[in-house]
Amino acid sequence: MADPMKIRASLKGDVVEIKVLMSHPMENGQRKDASGAVIPPHFIQNISVEVGGKPVVTGQTGTSISRNPVFGFKVKGAKAGDKVVVKWKDSKGENRSDETTVS
Amino acid sequence: MDMLRRTMLKGVGAGGALAAAAAAGLLKPTAVLAADDWNHAAFEAKDVAGALKGLGAGNVAESKDIVLKAPDIAENGAVVPVEVASNIPNTVAIAVMSLKNPLPLSSEFEFANGALPEVQLRVRLAETTQVRAVVKTADGKFYSTQREVKVTVGGCGG
Repeated sequence: MADPMKIRASLKGDVVEIKVLMSHPMENGQRKDASGAVIPPHFIQNISVEVGGKPVVTGQTGTSISRNPVFGFKVKGAKAGDKVVVKWKDSKGENRSDETTVS
Repeated sequence: MDMLRRTMLKGVGAGGALAAAAAAGLLKPTAVLAADDWNHAAFEAKDVAGALKGLGAGNVAESKDIVLKAPDIAENGAVVPVEVASNIPNTVAIAVMSLKNPLPLSSEFEFANGALPEVQLRVRLAETTQVRAVVKTADGKFYSTQREVKVTVGGCGG
């Protein structure tokens, strides 16, 4: 299982700013290791964000996303204490789900 | 053998998501990640035309109502911060492309339930290139804007 995500959800007025740091190699299948062998691709393909039980952002990502991806989103109408759930799934079928609350 | 393993992993992944959703008792079925809901056609396209086609974008109009922030010069192409915000009414999705990358499409985001049509992310750039943001509206129209980022050290190979 991959390392947990770091999620921050801070309320500014009636908009919650969500920042997510995912721990993932995001191998793009083009790099080579020390012996010259191509490192196979392994990258996050799907992400989803829910606030207060409702899906707010659904994303698909490819190999042009940096290693240890960072994403920022803004959601209107959330309130303090709402649960924020972020999920990802990668090209090998591994997945993770982490959560925090709006503060 | 490898294919079988992948199938198994996918099955386990989807099952886990379903179980989690059911346990939470909050999710509608549509919110659960399906076994394979990745747009292969768009993400595996080797040029921008192919990526746009994969996204279902035919006519793409230039728009000044998309705010695309990216550095003029990126010293490290492996990590380039990009921000996109759409001021176009009824924006439902934003996609980000790096025109000269081997696979140009980096990501696509769909917004719902109060999510503002904007996103911050970090992309890889193989070389100095135009970065393009493509916006989709609720009536199925596409708009885009782009800006050049000069890259000192590329971020794809190595």
